Amino acid sequence: MRTVFSILAVAMFAVIFAGIVGDYGERESVSELARQYLTLVPGDLGAANVVTGILITYRGFDTLGEVAVLFMVAASVGLLLSGGEGETHTADADKPRRPSELVENGTVVILPLIFLFGGYVIMNGHLSAGGGFQGGAVVASGTMLLMLALPATRLNHGFLSVTESLAGVVYVSIGILGLVFAAGFLDSHILPLGDFGTLISAGAIPVISALLGIKVGAELSVIIDRFRS
Amino acid sequence: MMLEILVLLVCVSILVSGVLAVCLDNLMAAMVSAGLASLFAAVSYVLLAAPDVAMAEAAIGSGLATLIFLYAIRRTGGGKEE
Repeated sequence: MRTVFSILAVAMFAVIFAGIVGDYGERESVSELARQYLTLVPGDLGAANVVTGILITYRGFDTLGEVAVLFMVAASVGLLLSGGEGETHTADADKPRRPSELVENGTVVILPLIFLFGGYVIMNGHLSAGGGFQGGAVVASGTMLLMLALPATRLNHGFLSVTESLAGVVYVSIGILGLVFAAGFLDSHILPLGDFGTLISAGAIPVISALLGIKVGAELSVIIDRFRS
Repeated sequence: MMLEILVLLVCVSILVSGVLAVCLDNLMAAMVSAGLASLFAAVSYVLLAAPDVAMAEAAIGSGLATLIFLYAIRRTGGGKEE
């Protein structure tokens, strides 16, 4: 019975996606909206990376919602998985199993590079591919490697929570500043645009990107650590 | 033409590792296979000129999600049959 239902569900998906795949054709020109974005983002916002410009300024409210969802996930994971006496017991039982020498030493070499790359992706979000969200995810995957290779490390949850909350507060404050000094909520024109293509340019986009990176990195790290303990 | 063949190859790899993730009996192998599907998806995003999405997919889909599966499998008995 269950197999029949599964096959039915797969067949329904196949029908839905067959329509999409059948209509697919390579676009010869960009759509009107895309052209608007492609001219507006470098000119009006001063950001070389169009995707980040859209995500942080024009769709800034959506990004705020995304981060809020992530915050809620981190909070509920913390609520569900923290506490309980059984958990500390299993954590102790896992302790004697150490990873191999190779993994440990490799981690020591490669971990700073991963964090550096995360910081690079965050700070160059307005210039090259990446941005706060992606850089935060890279930093969190560095934390993941740290936990796999050196299981004895403990994360300071209090520090991470305070950092993350502060980043969120500053993020929303910048949004409100945009409401006061510029055209609207999360408008990046509150800071001067600067020279196109340099590290400090594109108004408030690098600042918001850095805050997003801190917030996402801290949240994802806390989520993984909750699952571990 | 080269690019199209490459994209098709990556898409077939996504499908194969996805089916393997469902069919494999060994939970650890299935977990790695699911992570592999994510990784191939990230490669396909790069080929389709979306490096921003690829970065997030590689870090979250194939990294963090796999690790959470790993912890879950370990906590529920290492995937051994009862």
